[in-house]
Amino acid sequence: MFSKVPSGHRDAVRSFWLVGLFALLGLLVVLSIVVGTRDVGTDDIWAALNGQTETIGQSAIAVRIPRMVLAVLAGGALALAGAVMQGVTRNPLADPGILGVNSGASLAVVLGVAWFGISSPEAYFWSALLGAAVTTLFVYAVGSLGPGGATPLKLTLAGAATSVACVSLFIAVILPLNDIAGGIQTWLIGGVGGATFHRIVPVLPFFAAGLLISLLSAHKLNSLALGDDLAAGLGDNVALSRIIASVGAVLLCAAATALCGPIIFLGLMVPHLLRLMTGVDYRWLLPLSTLGGACFLLFADTLGRVVARPDEIEVSIITALFGAPIFIWIVRRQKVREL
Amino acid sequence: MTAPAHSIETLAARRRRRTSRHRLTLGILAGLVFALFTLTMVLGQSYTPLTTVIRVLMGENVEGASFLIGTLRLPRALVSVLAGLCFGLGGVVFQIMLRNPLASPDFIGITWGASAAAVFSIVVLSLSGPPVSIVAVVAGLLAALLVYGLAARNGVAGARFILVGIGISAMLRSVTSYILASAPAWSLQDALRWLTGSVNGAQISDVLPLLLAFTLFGGLLFTQRRDLEALRMGDDTAAALGVKVARTRILLIIAAVGLIGSATAITGPIAFVSFLAGPIAARIVGGGGSVLIPAALVGAALVLASDYTGQFLLPTRYPVGVISGVLGAPYLLYLIVRINRKGRSL
Amino acid sequence: MTDPRHILSVTQLSAGYGEIEILKTLDLDVPPGKITVIVGANASGKSTLLRTMSRLLSPTAGQVLLDGKSIHHTPTRELARKLGLLPQSPIAPEGILVDDLVRRGRHPHRGLLSSWTRKDEEAVEHALTATRTLDLAERPVDELSGGQRQRVWVAMALAQQTDILLLDEPTTFLDINHQVEILDLMVDLNRARGTTVVMVLHDLNLGARYADHLVALAGGKVHVSGTPEDVLTEDTVRSVFGLESRILTDPTSGRPIMVPIGRHGMLDGHRLAEGEGHE
Repeated sequence: MFSKVPSGHRDAVRSFWLVGLFALLGLLVVLSIVVGTRDVGTDDIWAALNGQTETIGQSAIAVRIPRMVLAVLAGGALALAGAVMQGVTRNPLADPGILGVNSGASLAVVLGVAWFGISSPEAYFWSALLGAAVTTLFVYAVGSLGPGGATPLKLTLAGAATSVACVSLFIAVILPLNDIAGGIQTWLIGGVGGATFHRIVPVLPFFAAGLLISLLSAHKLNSLALGDDLAAGLGDNVALSRIIASVGAVLLCAAATALCGPIIFLGLMVPHLLRLMTGVDYRWLLPLSTLGGACFLLFADTLGRVVARPDEIEVSIITALFGAPIFIWIVRRQKVREL
Repeated sequence: MTAPAHSIETLAARRRRRTSRHRLTLGILAGLVFALFTLTMVLGQSYTPLTTVIRVLMGENVEGASFLIGTLRLPRALVSVLAGLCFGLGGVVFQIMLRNPLASPDFIGITWGASAAAVFSIVVLSLSGPPVSIVAVVAGLLAALLVYGLAARNGVAGARFILVGIGISAMLRSVTSYILASAPAWSLQDALRWLTGSVNGAQISDVLPLLLAFTLFGGLLFTQRRDLEALRMGDDTAAALGVKVARTRILLIIAAVGLIGSATAITGPIAFVSFLAGPIAARIVGGGGSVLIPAALVGAALVLASDYTGQFLLPTRYPVGVISGVLGAPYLLYLIVRINRKGRSL
Repeated sequence: MTDPRHILSVTQLSAGYGEIEILKTLDLDVPPGKITVIVGANASGKSTLLRTMSRLLSPTAGQVLLDGKSIHHTPTRELARKLGLLPQSPIAPEGILVDDLVRRGRHPHRGLLSSWTRKDEEAVEHALTATRTLDLAERPVDELSGGQRQRVWVAMALAQQTDILLLDEPTTFLDINHQVEILDLMVDLNRARGTTVVMVLHDLNLGARYADHLVALAGGKVHVSGTPEDVLTEDTVRSVFGLESRILTDPTSGRPIMVPIGRHGMLDGHRLAEGEGHE
């Protein structure tokens, strides 16, 4: 197929990126532990890594570790989910945040808290998953009605409108509940600040499942990229391919949102930049996006802790600031009739 | 359907009938707004007889009623009406101009530009009163011009304008949330005003700037109304009819953003009003008729009704934006489905 | 209608989109009171030419002159009273009635506060009658068939009461019977009111059938122009479309008609001489 074109050079570039991103991730992991709102000496860092939490510095490091893990997980998950959604919808603007999937997941969690009194990380995850799945289906169904199918414009508008609706409902639900209303900002502004292993571990299997399903659907996404008719002509069950890949993406979104709240644009920009560097083959793009997303969110979190000392800027703010220009750049590149 | 008109005279007669029906519709809408306004004045937590209300409004000092009517109910009702008019009018202009009902300022960055600026000037710059309005209008304009500039490439395509707007909007919403979250005195009520809109604590001093803005920008809009109608038929057709498309667009944007920005500076971005008013008005008016004034009236009615519901008809008190948001959501969904199925609307 | 007629001409015109130049120093005189049809292959610049002639597009060099004055320096409203355009895909606002749509054609004649006048009324009446859309006047445009809708758009352009009417592929997406209907309507208008009509058409044979003056574009320039008989030749078709063809005479109209020659489907004896084909 098309991947059989002479591609020795391409593969070299891709391998370079793969290795490079791994190295970058390693570097950022170290940085994110060492750097923070508080300066911590090397002695304390070593002590903390050995499990001590006696000094303030050591405790700070102990907090940074789960936070780092969460940033890596959520970043990888959202970027991968974005890449998969772009493949499934054949739509360059697909992103869990833009399509409203995150806000649907947030709304579902708040509904769970308010009406069913859920409190465990698992329950958070299941409600987020339900919300994300329903929103994905809904936005996609609405966005693909009418002539032309799921054009970027229709899909994006359906997503934007749905997310405004979700936020309104969200506030309506949360407002009478004084005990949780104060926590409203954690659900409106995504962040990795409150991470603990206690919350992360129960959700890990879902990250793993989403990752696996998404990565395995790379081949199907390559066929889908040729258009439904051609993909069917190549012997793929188009609807089934879509459903499987979407399940992977929704799992990833739900897992990330259940832990971090809404983070926008990450799933849009990382795959796009990498596609530009390494081409459109999903078998490379998906793993590269995962790595790239992890790197970016870790970078965003570290940056957010440094630039506004002694305050922190939540990662979702940073991704929005970096992502919006990239979103606009993509829109400008598209020809009008393709919107 | 009526039988085909075989002569130009019957056609003209029927056209006159349509015009008078249009005027009747306008009258009914205006009556509805007035009725809701009166309801807000008369019946709140307690009932105040209409005669008492009128006496207070005439300047008489009535024991127990003057404060209630003059300081609480009147500013709130007036701000609701004016903000509703502004949101309805500003929203429908964008919807018509971009030929897509989903292209309302709610979704394409204008409202959020104004909101972010208002929050910034209140929380960070510690401003209050008219300067906040001015900052909000200017920021809304800047956001709109930024969107316009970024969307321009071989002419501004509606689709690109909307998409760039959504991008900017998402960014600005993050900024608003961030400023609110990092504000020293995080108060839920304040936060909600700037995230969903509220007329709580409306003051009589809010009324004048709003009225001024409505007159000024509404007047500008009035001068462009026919060109706006021509734009509904596509940029090419409008240009063929002698419309200076780029100039008209800029003037329309200034007018609409002025309306939206001034209202947002006072009440916050009341959810969905600017989005809902146009399509509801279009349904009421029916095909072809001008929807500008009906949309403004529907906007006012929406704000009044939502605020009243949020204040008195539910177990918990909600700010107006939450109610309009929740009421609007199902209609929004219905509308998206309908629009997408038919291709477009408005 | 009004005399003397307005004269439209194009001198040394270059225009395009962004960096891509499509028209290259093109010259064209539109004969007043006649039907001019512009034909050419895709990307030959026909639509670009029409868009520049109607000032939807600004030229990078050269001028479009109306009575010797550049249209790009004429006030838009004034121009819109002399030069009408029916774009390729106009948009009917949802639910709008035919009558209301046609009335919009009066836009360039109306001021900020002016109300509907007797003259406006007459123009709309004339437009509805001429296009036989009076019976449709109170129906929503959305509900009409493709052919009816196109007649309504023509009516709107007529209500504008211009001496020159430009139409960008007015027959696309129409069935053949409606294509003929619209083109017949153009001839009616031209005969009855002396309107100068300029159309871009995709179909060479329809172009030759209805044009008084046929213009063939190639590579952003006028390849050849003149009467259909002069223009529609086997040589023209070969150089403009890269197609071998036979030109016959239409027995009903006496106009030339082009029959393409492919590589297959020919009767014996009609094969091209060796070396003439593309094999």
